[in-house]
Amino acid sequence: MRVSMNLELKDIPGQLVLALQPISGIKGNILSVVHHHDERTPRGSIPVHVLFELDKDKLDELIWQLEKNGVLVARVGEKRLHEKMSVMLIGHIVHTDIRDTIDAVDSTGCAEVVDLALSMPGIEQVSSAFMMIHASTKENLMSALDILHKTADRKELLMIEPIKNTI
Amino acid sequence: MKDIKISIIGFGDVGQGVVQVLSQKQQTLEKLGVNIKVVAIADSRSSLVNADGIDLKKAVKVKRNTGIVGRRGSTTAEIIKNTDHDLVVEVTPTDINTGEPGLTNILTAIESGKHVVTSNKGPFARNYAKLMKAAKDHGVVLRYEATVGGAMPIINLIEENLAGNTIERIDGILNGTCNYILTRMGEETLDYQHALLEAQELGIAEADPTYDVMGIDAACKLVILANTAYNNNTVFDDVSITGITKITPQALELADKNGYRVRLICEVSEQVLSVAPKLVPKKHPLAVGGTLNIATIHTDLSKMVTISGIGAGSIETASAILSDIIHIYRACLANTR
Repeated sequence: MRVSMNLELKDIPGQLVLALQPISGIKGNILSVVHHHDERTPRGSIPVHVLFELDKDKLDELIWQLEKNGVLVARVGEKRLHEKMSVMLIGHIVHTDIRDTIDAVDSTGCAEVVDLALSMPGIEQVSSAFMMIHASTKENLMSALDILHKTADRKELLMIEPIKNTI
Repeated sequence: MKDIKISIIGFGDVGQGVVQVLSQKQQTLEKLGVNIKVVAIADSRSSLVNADGIDLKKAVKVKRNTGIVGRRGSTTAEIIKNTDHDLVVEVTPTDINTGEPGLTNILTAIESGKHVVTSNKGPFARNYAKLMKAAKDHGVVLRYEATVGGAMPIINLIEENLAGNTIERIDGILNGTCNYILTRMGEETLDYQHALLEAQELGIAEADPTYDVMGIDAACKLVILANTAYNNNTVFDDVSITGITKITPQALELADKNGYRVRLICEVSEQVLSVAPKLVPKKHPLAVGGTLNIATIHTDLSKMVTISGIGAGSIETASAILSDIIHIYRACLANTR
């Protein structure tokens, strides 16, 4: 599960490690940390935004540990990727390294292929893939789509997007 | 009763359709107070002129029996220039690359002070602005409803009914042949070649289907729509075009399972000019089947207006031509009042 967390730290040295150590301590995989040094919350604390991957059943334990360290957990968001779109690819999808095609989207960091259905009628025949892409914002979705478009062009795949306003 | 003397340049399916509609609608036209008299007909090899009005049934019969409509000798330009008439119906075949022979025919008509009604897309592919300017400079009207969507009155809708609106975008299916092929491929799991053959046998696709299946025909219609909506001197080469030849029945099946149809969609806005296959949700108004044409116009005031109709066929096209002729007649009448 991907977790996005807004934390608040006391304005004294050594607080960030108190916030991050518990996450890696229970084998969470930290993807991004944004430390808003110059900002202060109304309470006078420093806001930090952390994005990480973690087993779902460990979340409660993590929150308990953070609070024990004096870190305030202001918001927990489990779902970061709320923009979605379906696209279809037609061509020699498997022969042109489907993993690489998916990575092109995933490597953007803010969009990923969350579902993939393949139809492969025969070895010499072209295949089709129906993909669902999720992204954090509309802009990120569009840039992921643009990257996928370029990848498809390079691999001579036909990419079919949804008609506008149905994204 | 006002006489309108017209010539018909091009006497294939559409030209003959116009003649048939004029005969069929004589009473309706009389009620409108107009008598449309065909004084000249030209095909690619011959011509027929009669200042008192041509016997239309006989002309069709001669054309069908002999392959030509009249005598050889005169050029089309001579017929347009030298015959005394008010309006030229230009219905020669479309050539998107050169625009000819339509381009020269239309310019000749305009320069000799005649109104023009055409179903020919070719001349507009790269010369829309030039043609409209020529018509304006010579004080004549050039109308082209029949070039886009056959019987579906989309040009009129944009120019008149939605006048004052800002057109944000137009999405549409403007090629019945592609829509038929994609519909059949989806319904019966036919491969592309098979569905194309079926369409050819039914007369829906031409022997050389390139213009249709590569998206060229749709792109040309899109150019006309863009110019009509935005008056922005769009030319054919501005359009990004993807055809339907790479689509497989398996892909359509996959789309279907996920709630989508695949349709060749034209998208026109001030930023985007594209013809490409798109995923269309099954409940979307544009998810139509068969040879239908359909378009949704997105505007600021009226929001979405969707129009659909039969996109091809000689009588349907002739219907659009007739409505343009009547429109010009009414405009002339208003001017002389």
